[in-house]
Amino acid sequence: MRHLLGLLLAAALFATPALAVRPGEQLPDAAQENRARKLSAELRCLVCQNQSIDDSDAPLAVDLRRIVRERIQAGDSDATIRDFLVARYGAFVLLRPPVSGQTILLWSLPALALALGGFTAWRLFRRRPEEVAGDPEERLSPEEQAELRALIERQGRGGPAS
Amino acid sequence: MIVEFGHFALILGFAVALFQATVPLWGAIRGDAVLARLGVQAALVHFALLALAFAALTHAYLVSDFSVLNVFQNSHSLKPLIYKWSGVWGNHEGSMLLWVLILALFGAGVAVFSKRLPDDMLGATLGIQGLIASAFCAFLIFASNPFLRMPNPPIEGRDLNPVLQDPGLAIHPPLLYLGYVGFSIVFSFAAAALVLGRVDAAFARMIRPWTLAAWITLTLGIAMGSYWAYYELGWGGYWFWDPVENASLMPWLTGTALLHSAIVLEKREALKTWTILLAVVTFSLSLLGTFLVRSGVLTSVHAFAVDPERGLFILLILIAFIGGSFALFAARASALQGGGLFAPVSREGALVFNNLFLSVASLAVFVGTLYPLLLEALTGAKISVGPPFFNLTAVPLMVPLFLAIPFGQKLAWKRGDLLGAGQRLWICMVLGVVGAAISAYAAGGGPVLALAGIGLGIFLVLGALDDLLERALRGGTGMILARIRAIPQSITAMALAHAGAGLMVIGISATAFETEKIAAMKPGETLALDGYTLRLEGIGPVTGPNYNAIAADFSLRDPSGAELARLRPAKRVYIGRQMPTSEVGRYRHGLSEIYIAIGETSDGQHVDLRAYHKPYVLLIWLGPLLMSIGGILSLLDRRLRIGVPARRARLRPEPAE
Repeated sequence: MRHLLGLLLAAALFATPALAVRPGEQLPDAAQENRARKLSAELRCLVCQNQSIDDSDAPLAVDLRRIVRERIQAGDSDATIRDFLVARYGAFVLLRPPVSGQTILLWSLPALALALGGFTAWRLFRRRPEEVAGDPEERLSPEEQAELRALIERQGRGGPAS
Repeated sequence: MIVEFGHFALILGFAVALFQATVPLWGAIRGDAVLARLGVQAALVHFALLALAFAALTHAYLVSDFSVLNVFQNSHSLKPLIYKWSGVWGNHEGSMLLWVLILALFGAGVAVFSKRLPDDMLGATLGIQGLIASAFCAFLIFASNPFLRMPNPPIEGRDLNPVLQDPGLAIHPPLLYLGYVGFSIVFSFAAAALVLGRVDAAFARMIRPWTLAAWITLTLGIAMGSYWAYYELGWGGYWFWDPVENASLMPWLTGTALLHSAIVLEKREALKTWTILLAVVTFSLSLLGTFLVRSGVLTSVHAFAVDPERGLFILLILIAFIGGSFALFAARASALQGGGLFAPVSREGALVFNNLFLSVASLAVFVGTLYPLLLEALTGAKISVGPPFFNLTAVPLMVPLFLAIPFGQKLAWKRGDLLGAGQRLWICMVLGVVGAAISAYAAGGGPVLALAGIGLGIFLVLGALDDLLERALRGGTGMILARIRAIPQSITAMALAHAGAGLMVIGISATAFETEKIAAMKPGETLALDGYTLRLEGIGPVTGPNYNAIAADFSLRDPSGAELARLRPAKRVYIGRQMPTSEVGRYRHGLSEIYIAIGETSDGQHVDLRAYHKPYVLLIWLGPLLMSIGGILSLLDRRLRIGVPARRARLRPEPAE
């Protein structure tokens, strides 16, 4: 349910949630069509709920797929097509946000966290014995230590193990 | 009348939760065993009351009592019985009631199974669990009450969202909630340990069964949801990096890390603060997920009720619990001394490596999910962070982690021998490369990354099984059976879980080799698909209990021309909401599937379709299933089930003054 409990919303937006790319839309050239599919998977359907235009059946997604294919047939590069769509719809259309001042943190945080975590782990390994609190046994309260001694004695006399 | 009874039980349950949140906690802090032990009765009564409330709402659904607003909005008298039943949690209020019921279930579980805990630990844990229950009971009663009546009851309900009318819905949410909410009890244990300033090996043993139980159900819940999306959405996709999916993945990643760090704490008394932090973070991420899904701040296919008031309520709960627990952590963490020493190459070192990569992966998912929200709030700029981001950050982080698993399994505690561990593993590695080469040959080439993934998966599976083999063969070939029987259940469990991860990696990598055909077909036409032949036999209407459908009838033939199956993908329109859904047609052979979804059939003459051959696709879900089976096996290990070694910290009742 978490999954999709809200296709309610989605369903209001598109008529048939099943089929995205329709047979008639495909380009005759297989290599070009392949490029179009790859590019479409990284472009957001702006009126949908977090779907790429390749996955969506919304009329806008159909239009965008057509634009992408027209541009590819006209000989534009992927970058040119992306720029064209960003100029028209804003950076929101790109599912892979380009690295910029606004997104530098987004792209670098995982790497920074890995470096920081790795450094902390390295420090953990470098600890010296004197930095570590002694044997667990020494941290027991006096009563607990007495109990432990009693247990050991009992076992020594051949009492029930554990 | 039954509805009012349930409503009353819910309010009474709230009152009991308030008691549970205060008296036992006070008793634990003051050292009063009688007060602390009252948590046991409170937790049981609270659970009983919530169960009554839930039963009352279920009854209203089963008899289609449309005078209840929630039933009217989400049910229909013609709906099949199983969906009337599962519809109870197919909406915001009902699922929230299930959420609180499960919260109560885990509290009651501790009350029943962990009676041997020291009094103060038990009281503090149940008290904090009661605190969480109070907050969510208040949310339920004041902002999401499922028991509200309508003054003029309508004759028919609005029906449940059709995509939710699926057997998957009956299982997926309860499993997911058991996982999500199950981590609440681990959180309560951690907070109690911080309050009492006592974190040791006994603590790790205490949280172990609960962490495992939550992890098993969360694993199954996520896998179930993924499988459901695969067959219900008609895209054939299994994971979309949708914010709500991410919300369940984040606690899974940190929960998996917790499962492993608790082992280090139990065996070596090390990683104390880290284990506590993971326990706190895991449940915080569960809460965050609940907030994201229900507040409407996310644009997601899953977005639930878009209601700012509710969002604010949950946000306040979120801030109170996360802020409170982190403040507690900051105040008390320094008091927890780290334990035993170990070398980087050791079992502990491998588990630290595991924790590092799992936590950073969780952070990458966290950043990718929340960054657009924060950026828009701060600067007004709208950006999208979609699947390409996660495929470039979180997925590569998994590779070193998976590579390290077979080595970690073989390393000794304190100081291990990497060369020794690698001695047997190089055979597994060679077999992995051979497997990848065979796949490349069979598929006539293929993406290098996908082939590497298949090799990695095979290495993981073989590495996990080799661990068992090595134990069976250790010291000669005699008495193998006796030695196999002597392998501790928890070791077998670990091997199965890790092999499951390997199977999943193979399944995911194999998606690169799928074949997709998009076509428009008329009856009588055929379509070739990887040697199979699909023939459209006809298109016709179908009438279901509460829907009408147009179904296409395909025959599927193998290369020799023999008919294997008839596949009937359909487009349904549900009568209650006039909403279309698609039903896919699937044929399974081995672990692979033929998968067909249909689109437009408007003129009744031809049908648009997408047909796939998906090799080994079922491994994507069989892997996690095996992981959960490993978890269950570990949970049932008798050596570990036998109670926590009871510290004699039993408090004496204080005499009255």
